[in-house]
Amino acid sequence: MAEQSDVKPKEKINPIHVVFKALGLFIILNFLFTFLDPSSIGKLSLYNSILPGRSRLPFGENPAESYNLSLYNLNAMLASHEIAGAEKTEEEYRVVLIGDSSVWGTLLKPEETLAGQLNQMNMTCGDQRVVVYNLGYPTISLTKDLMLLDRIKAYEPDLIVWPVTLESFPWDKQLSSPLVANNRTAILELIDKYNLPLDPNDPELVTLSQFDKTIIGQRRNLADILRLQLYGFKWGATGIDQIYPESYEPAQVDFEEDITFHEYEPPTLQEKNLAFEMISAGIQAAGETPVLIINEPILISEGKNSDLRYNFFYPRWAYDQYRELMQEKSLAEGWNYIDLWNLVPAEEFTNSAIHLTPEGESLLATATGQSILERFCTP
Amino acid sequence: MSLTQILIFAGIALIAGIIHRPRLRLYVLFTASILAVFALQPVLPIRGLDFWLPTATLALVVFSWFATAPRSARSFRQNWSVLSVLAVVILILGATRYIDLNLPLPVSRPPQMVQILIALAALALIGSLIARLPAWVNSVLMAILILFLIVLKSPVIAESASTIFRVFNQQSTELASALDIRWLGFSYVSFRIIHTIRDRQNGKLPDASLIEYVTYVVFFPALTAGPIHRIERFLEDLRNPTPLNLDGLLIAGQRFVIGLFKKFVLADCLALIALNATNALQVHQPGWMWLLLYAYAFQLLFDFSGYTDIAIGIGLLGGIRLPENFNHPYLKPNLTQFWNNWHMSLTQWFRAYFFNPLTRTLRKKGLSIPVIVLTTQVSTMLLIGFWHGVTWNYVLWGLWHGIGLFINNRWSDRTKVWMDTHITTRPQRILAQVSGIVLTFNFVALGWVFFALPDPQTSWHVFLTLFGVTLG
Repeated sequence: MAEQSDVKPKEKINPIHVVFKALGLFIILNFLFTFLDPSSIGKLSLYNSILPGRSRLPFGENPAESYNLSLYNLNAMLASHEIAGAEKTEEEYRVVLIGDSSVWGTLLKPEETLAGQLNQMNMTCGDQRVVVYNLGYPTISLTKDLMLLDRIKAYEPDLIVWPVTLESFPWDKQLSSPLVANNRTAILELIDKYNLPLDPNDPELVTLSQFDKTIIGQRRNLADILRLQLYGFKWGATGIDQIYPESYEPAQVDFEEDITFHEYEPPTLQEKNLAFEMISAGIQAAGETPVLIINEPILISEGKNSDLRYNFFYPRWAYDQYRELMQEKSLAEGWNYIDLWNLVPAEEFTNSAIHLTPEGESLLATATGQSILERFCTP
Repeated sequence: MSLTQILIFAGIALIAGIIHRPRLRLYVLFTASILAVFALQPVLPIRGLDFWLPTATLALVVFSWFATAPRSARSFRQNWSVLSVLAVVILILGATRYIDLNLPLPVSRPPQMVQILIALAALALIGSLIARLPAWVNSVLMAILILFLIVLKSPVIAESASTIFRVFNQQSTELASALDIRWLGFSYVSFRIIHTIRDRQNGKLPDASLIEYVTYVVFFPALTAGPIHRIERFLEDLRNPTPLNLDGLLIAGQRFVIGLFKKFVLADCLALIALNATNALQVHQPGWMWLLLYAYAFQLLFDFSGYTDIAIGIGLLGGIRLPENFNHPYLKPNLTQFWNNWHMSLTQWFRAYFFNPLTRTLRKKGLSIPVIVLTTQVSTMLLIGFWHGVTWNYVLWGLWHGIGLFINNRWSDRTKVWMDTHITTRPQRILAQVSGIVLTFNFVALGWVFFALPDPQTSWHVFLTLFGVTLG
């Protein structure tokens, strides 16, 4: 009788079994994924290790050209920022800027932004070197600013500079920023922590179903995180993080005879119409860290109906009353507040009533720098 | 090809693969292939052109068959069923101008039915004429194909052609662009047809029926990105189908999934990093420029070899073995081996129909070996360059590789004996092999600079940046 071979015959693979096993594994993985906090995935980042950190938060509508993109994952956004990789030393006086697109620097190169220009001033605070980080983000909402402020405490700022403008105060603006709307958990925490007068069930806040938490439901989030890493190579290679068009439509200076501001009409803009609570919460969130609030420069236009309106955003009556309210509130609450609303001449605005040219930013940086030194660095 | 189109094709191939009756399977593959010619054609701004170009593709294929098939097989009576299917498909697609059939075809708006009927009648007339003409018609057809290739591949001529089309169509000539004439798959279709014509002229072409021939030339998995398969093996698979079994399904599926991963994950991710005309001028540091260049090199490999894997996988589902096109080309220790393993079906085509005949001719003239090598390598690589596009950068790319292959050939010739006697131990051989791989890969990657960019000035800027040279 022939001796039987010890070698086992190769087991035949049945493709149908392969498909079923793959499908089963995929379903299990999707199910397990729902237990993971989707935002936590953003903490995995190539930035500040093999890629240089970004000098401002990721934002962009045309990634292929700007090497930047808008996403809603706060962890991924912050992990990509240079501040996440900058170890704080005793020699550093760390200043963090938050705010809207005027802080982020629409149409401005990183070195031309307010943060960039402040850094170029080589200021010292006592024997510490002032290092400024740009954590502005291009949507107008105090709640969005508060959400970021609450997060950046982790980076140990010595001072938070918070340029604001009236447009970020109305209640209808608070949750309309896509970054806010898509970070419901973070907003609920803020509401809870600072007792904010916001509706936790507001339909603008995006609620994730169980399916939305699966890999399939989170595919956009995951793809955005991946693309953010990949575009980091182009950012590192070129230093470009937005499109700089050769020409743009300048900010509007002629207006209709319209004096409404959101749903409000003259004569009075009431304190309750504006979300001052967000500023108070921000100062509370900052804790020991001082906060410098700046009423940022606006375009004062000289065109049709400019006797009624300062610019596209603001009828004169509303803006004047807002300035008065800000003044009163800051005095009453003891806020560090400076009003730089008319600092920049009209020709130094670009495509919006709050976006400045590099020269305009330079004026703002000089004034801001002076305030920082006078208010926070005087022995 | 979009992912949806690929999945639809895979489904059709799977259906064809499980059909046992060869005739029915052939008709499924044939119909899918002719529909793919229309389905994959990009929408073009010139009215009707995205209908006429696929129609022209099919007409050229049918004409080529009439020119290459044995005379006894050319009669209308023998081929009426296939010709009818072709005509009916074209007419149905033409009818979508009037009736919304919800077909997943991107053709913007077909021309008027009268125009289509006239065109079909004219094509039928030309076809019957070609069927009656002697063998020289093959050379005429080949010349026409080469002329079309020159028009399509030369941006200047393509733009002029676009202007002419626009004048005929009464569309703005100011908007004329070379991109107006994107003729899907023509590069591959024309090379398959030329292969059959040359083999016919050399008496090597196997007999193929019209339906087999059309299916071969416009075989849907290989229509957009090759490989340029040969008709002999295709006919063999078509005539002796092995019904798809579980093992076959596993092999095909594996290849298909690997292709999808390479194309839609690796290549598409690398595309976000890779060198291109815009970022070429934005990068000023050598390290980053090398990174972008390497990303481009691998993007190209994964994109192209991914498509090949998808085509081979779909082909296997339908019972057709398409040839390999890539065999780890970046792991080859010299340029000759790289070209034996990169886009293999194209290089084999050029070797068979240009390089070898030219070498034989030059040898007969008694030229020295180095002169023959230089002439054949450079001219072959220049032609491969032109096949990608008639621009200065493709000329430079062709020259780069042609001269590289010449140097490689001479170096190997001169150093072979020394290498055999001095590189004897295993570590020495490994070192030589690794050095060769690194050198070859970097030579190829540097060549991609010309391939990736539109003009010599930008390429020069990239070269300077790569080597840390700053001018001015």
